[in-house]
Amino acid sequence: KMYCPYLLLLLSLGVSAVEVQRPRGVPLSKRQFYEEGKPFTCLDGSRTIPFDRVNDDYCDCQDGSDEPGTAACPNGSFHCTNAGFRPAFIPSSRINDGICDCCDTTDEYNSGAACQNTCRELGRKERESLQKMAEIAKEGFMLKQQLIQEAKRGLEEKKGKLAEVQTSKKDLEDKVEALRSVKEAAEQPEKEAKERHLKAWEGNFKCEDISPSTVCFNVSVAELLLHSELDQDSDGTFTETEAQGLLGGVDKVDTVAFEAVWSNIKDKYISEAKADTTAPVETPQEETRESVSDTDSEQYPEDDIPEDEEEEDEDDEDEDPDDGEYKVTSLSFSIRLVLDGPGKDDEDEGTMPPYDQETQNLIDSKYMYKTENIEKEISFDFGPSAEFGYLYNQCYELTTSEYIYRLCPFSRVSQKPKYGGSETSLGTWGKWAGPDDNVYSVMKYEHGTGCWQGPNRSTTVKLTCGKETVVTSTSEPSRCEYLMEFTTPAVCQEPPSLDSMHPDHEEL
Amino acid sequence: MATFTERMAPVLAFWLVLCLSGTWAVDRGNFKTCDQSAFCKRQRALKPGESPYRALLETMELTNTRLTLQLINDNNKVRLLLELYRLQGNITRVKINELKPLKPRYEVPDVLIREPPTEPLSLLSQDDNGVVLSLGAESQRVIVSARPFRLDIMEGRDVLMSLNSRGLLAFEHLRMRKDTQADPEAEKKEEGDPENQAETGKEEEEKVEDGMWEETFKSHSDSKPHGPSAISLDFSLPGVEHVYGIPEHADTLRLKTTDNGDPYRLYNLDVFQYELYNPMALYGAVPVMLAHNAKRTTGIFWLNAAETWVDISSNTAGKTVFGKMLDYVQGSSETPQTDVRWISESGIIDVFIMLGPTPKDVFSQYASLTGTQAFPPLAALAYHQCRWNYNDQEDVQSVDAGFDEHDIPYDFIWLDIEHTDGKRYFTWDPHKFATPKEMLQGIMDKKRKMVAIVDPHIKVDSNYKIHNEIRSRGFYIKNKDGGDYEGWCWPGSAGYPDFTRPDMRAWWASMFAYDQYEGSMENLYTWNDMNEPSVFNGPEVTMHKDATHGAWEHRDVHNLYGLYVQMATADGQIQRSGGVERPFVLTRAFFAGSQRYGAVWTGDNAAEWDHLKISIPMCLSLGLVGISFCGADVGGFFKSPSTELLVRWYQTGAYQPFFRAHAHLDTPRREPWLFGPENTALIRDAVRQRYTLLPYWYQQFYLAYHTGQPVMRPLWVEYPQDPATFALDDEFLIGRDLLVHPVTEEGARGVTAYLPGKDEVWFDVNTFQKHNGAQNLYIPVTMSSIPVFQRGGSIIPRKLRVRRSSSCMEHDPYTLYVALNPQRTAEGEIYIDDGHTFNYEKQEFIHRRLMFANNVLSSVNLNPEARFTTRSWIERVVILGASKPSKVTLKTADGQESTVDFDFDASMSVLTLRKPGMNAGEDWTVKLQ
Repeated sequence: KMYCPYLLLLLSLGVSAVEVQRPRGVPLSKRQFYEEGKPFTCLDGSRTIPFDRVNDDYCDCQDGSDEPGTAACPNGSFHCTNAGFRPAFIPSSRINDGICDCCDTTDEYNSGAACQNTCRELGRKERESLQKMAEIAKEGFMLKQQLIQEAKRGLEEKKGKLAEVQTSKKDLEDKVEALRSVKEAAEQPEKEAKERHLKAWEGNFKCEDISPSTVCFNVSVAELLLHSELDQDSDGTFTETEAQGLLGGVDKVDTVAFEAVWSNIKDKYISEAKADTTAPVETPQEETRESVSDTDSEQYPEDDIPEDEEEEDEDDEDEDPDDGEYKVTSLSFSIRLVLDGPGKDDEDEGTMPPYDQETQNLIDSKYMYKTENIEKEISFDFGPSAEFGYLYNQCYELTTSEYIYRLCPFSRVSQKPKYGGSETSLGTWGKWAGPDDNVYSVMKYEHGTGCWQGPNRSTTVKLTCGKETVVTSTSEPSRCEYLMEFTTPAVCQEPPSLDSMHPDHEEL
Repeated sequence: MATFTERMAPVLAFWLVLCLSGTWAVDRGNFKTCDQSAFCKRQRALKPGESPYRALLETMELTNTRLTLQLINDNNKVRLLLELYRLQGNITRVKINELKPLKPRYEVPDVLIREPPTEPLSLLSQDDNGVVLSLGAESQRVIVSARPFRLDIMEGRDVLMSLNSRGLLAFEHLRMRKDTQADPEAEKKEEGDPENQAETGKEEEEKVEDGMWEETFKSHSDSKPHGPSAISLDFSLPGVEHVYGIPEHADTLRLKTTDNGDPYRLYNLDVFQYELYNPMALYGAVPVMLAHNAKRTTGIFWLNAAETWVDISSNTAGKTVFGKMLDYVQGSSETPQTDVRWISESGIIDVFIMLGPTPKDVFSQYASLTGTQAFPPLAALAYHQCRWNYNDQEDVQSVDAGFDEHDIPYDFIWLDIEHTDGKRYFTWDPHKFATPKEMLQGIMDKKRKMVAIVDPHIKVDSNYKIHNEIRSRGFYIKNKDGGDYEGWCWPGSAGYPDFTRPDMRAWWASMFAYDQYEGSMENLYTWNDMNEPSVFNGPEVTMHKDATHGAWEHRDVHNLYGLYVQMATADGQIQRSGGVERPFVLTRAFFAGSQRYGAVWTGDNAAEWDHLKISIPMCLSLGLVGISFCGADVGGFFKSPSTELLVRWYQTGAYQPFFRAHAHLDTPRREPWLFGPENTALIRDAVRQRYTLLPYWYQQFYLAYHTGQPVMRPLWVEYPQDPATFALDDEFLIGRDLLVHPVTEEGARGVTAYLPGKDEVWFDVNTFQKHNGAQNLYIPVTMSSIPVFQRGGSIIPRKLRVRRSSSCMEHDPYTLYVALNPQRTAEGEIYIDDGHTFNYEKQEFIHRRLMFANNVLSSVNLNPEARFTTRSWIERVVILGASKPSKVTLKTADGQESTVDFDFDASMSVLTLRKPGMNAGEDWTVKLQ
């Protein structure tokens, strides 16, 4: 018979020790059904048997309840107390099978398996990790609140901007017209003309929102902030202070001063681009927004032009510099213009387009894009409180042994061989695809490049709470069906207070 | 240029695969018809009744063990030597070779387990027309007729089988090649007798240019330096309307006549997306045919490893049932007869005529020649989880955990080619499988095992140890010009080790040693794929026939290659454990004798209902020719199965010998828990049923190992006199006591199963409902299970405590299912050993007979010399078709008597004895009073 007088149950936090007698494998909560000496009724009520048939290694009850401590019933379950860790039920087929399942070793009482009691260690580890997770959740949740606030602000601004941009475009066109006259009037000397040319160019991009009369060679904090927003179409947490930091602690710098600032940024950018490949292209929100410099990466030009779904080109990444110019964000572009100055030979980026019609076209496309893009952005489902909005137009990368994976939320997922080769689309934004009670936990990207004899590639992105916004893993469980794990504060839930997070107290 | 080639390799390989795959069906154009195979075309063109062969009776020599006799071809005067042997166990061997061949002709080695022992022949009578020899037992005689040459094997007044009765014996003698531009006239002179053969002579000359000395198929040319060498012989089987065997074909169990199409082809080929119900060659070849009628079963074993075609015709094939009836009533019918003709490209005629008379006798006879099924480790009979590919160690770990999470047992997880470092076998991908031992240890901690693929094509790469060794030892097969043969396969350019060489096989085996095969552990086993051999850019996706294996051409040994690969691999596994542990090796290509080395599967099938259906006749056909350990990819390899098909396939696979799920790289994942909880439960249930029956499966494999009886059997094998069973291949028996009728139709609401046996009863294993034999029974089905019946009169041991792997169940108790026949008796067996070593050869096993008669159930030792002890006991006895006793007593070996509690279910007449508790390895009796 397998009746066992039960042992001291030590609880993880309490100091209390209690001796509880019950048949092997019975949880405390069901103890009252197993009364020593009295006939036992199967828990499904199907029949009653003498008590000595409980745990006698023969299955009498259909529901397996007479053999909680042996492997006799195919559908039975065994309760391990696991003092120091979490109690658990295991299928009774795992009793005495030579494999240690319960951390308190109670499942292997007759198999000769040499099990070690690992409950305390597991309990400690679990508490540590719970604590860690709670901290992450807490911080993540705070970050999420910020994101929500900023998203709210950003949305309003964008709506306003939409209207504003539409009108200012008209103004600009007038201005261009005026500048063109000036240019024509001042064809020589060449240097002068180029300077004016530059002014006009700068003016088109940088001065419109401050004051048309501001000298455009100055870069101000306000301007930076503004441009970060415009460029990225997401306001993020690029704060005034941070921007100020960029500019060396002052509100406004002139060309010469900014040149110094820029060279700092530039260095930083270059070093980051070459650094740890697992770092996302964008650094987390609470840090200084590096997007200012990141976005002029040659390797990953920002896709400012709305994606044309139809002409999904696998070789997108290998755009020629001419194309690239249009995609380079205006701020970095204009900064470069400022720094490099007219006439300076620029190798492959930032070459000032020739004046005239091209400028006009640039303006057109720029503003066309701006309005369209803002409209498009507003139409996305960025979550109940728009907390996912900050991911828009960002890209996150993960490099594995063979590939560089790139997730651009709400846009697309792609894969590129690490050592050369063309990029493959693993899907474009499809929908939120989490379970009904948690729709915003999974993103689905669909209709990627087709597989030979198979479906089009698609990617499922699982979102988990984290302080940082990072792609943590990728895999291809089925051919052409990718799985990405992605952490972001935006899915963090308000953590329960730490007090209620102790391991289960069921046993007492 | 080198760079170019290197860079193009993957592209080319891809292109090739693409070419092979254009549509969802085999590209027949890639494979030869008889017409496109020059020797088949030549031979098939011969007309019956014009045999040029004559026996020269004056050359006859009869010794105690054999008769020899010369035959002469009257057309060309070439002489042949006939050898005739009477072998022990009612087998007659007929060998025909050239009397004086230009060079030796290939005789297949390594297939027979020994030189078969002979029995004396004696001369009964002799005259100018022939001789009569006694075959010893049963008044059997061989009549050798002289003109034309012919052999008739008689028993009493019945002719059992005739050879060359249609005069289709043909033997293309080896000859010197005439000058490059063969002179037809010269050739003709050599052929002799121009008068007689004037017309056909001319035709033959045409063929000389066509296919005798060179042959092209698509872009491939076969240089045929030795010229024509085909052989052919016909066999007549009077009274026979059913013939079986000659796998591997995706066709019905009962072989069809081939008059209106191609013959059945035996030529090991990697056929991409094979088509069903046709005689095309597939991955393996066993040149053994069984012939059966209600009176007798016989067999023909054509021992030849070259490309072979088998024609079947029948004088009743075209007749309707009405026509046959009419013949019968009018008494005017000719005897039904099946005629068979074997054609091979090279080698000699070496044929074993197995004279039965029962199916079991034929199995024993064949086993006495080529050996029996290797006795697999018990775990290999459990469930195998495979996929091309489990991507990395993490993937393996999570699939392993998935089985535990969903409480589905499994024993083996498999790794396909992607686990290697660039398709270099015996290596591991350094990123995805960086720490294989850690992975294997993790599997071992769950008492589970792993299989990793090792294919015979070896990447040509000077940085690859295996390649360098094979090259430096000169172990590669050579091309016709003497260089190492290279072909394209998974790794790109690959060499093919010459497994026909014993020294090569020994070296290969040594590569499985733990210190050679890095990352391997004792729970790592092997899968040999692509061993036809598959050569992506070769003729018919295989090797050029003019490649050479030492003195022989690939042409001579082709069908044997796969057997040798598996032989060497299994040897390696045995050696790595010092001969202690049983190997487990799965092969795709096979030949006669492959049963000795492990398991076989039916290759790259598809996720279609018809493929599920064909798995039954394909494995039945293999079982008939000795290969019991057969299975089909559960779920289908290509394409993605519907959930219903997948569930039905699990339910079927659970009752087939080799039970492995497998899936193509391009298909979505299909681990059992991915189809919703309901289907997970259905699949769990199917797999668990398999595990409860493992004691029975194991016992059947012991029997197969011991006697050569197939494990999975067509019904006619057990009911040889019941013509209703002769063509059944939608249901089958496991051993003789379990009848399985899988559900192979989509949306099926019921199936009609034939329950054989006029005086038998069958019990539904799920409901215990009793049915009478000799009837077609309609059985309604739901998705929950397929119809399975236990024969009344049998006792089947099960282990009902299903655990996460078979090893975890080793010491678990048994439940005995005693199904009573109308005479209220039953018998069965129980076999127990350690499950994984060769110690059973040293009598370390328990083998007992369980008997129920006169209300007493008892266990008696079948092998008193055997010694093994078990911790397993009998926890329950379920007696089906019982009546209620008043008392049940148990008497154990020590003389103790005790009463046993019981339950009786009167509605189903099921008596359950509660916990009798006796040890499964000891004597005991249980008495019902």
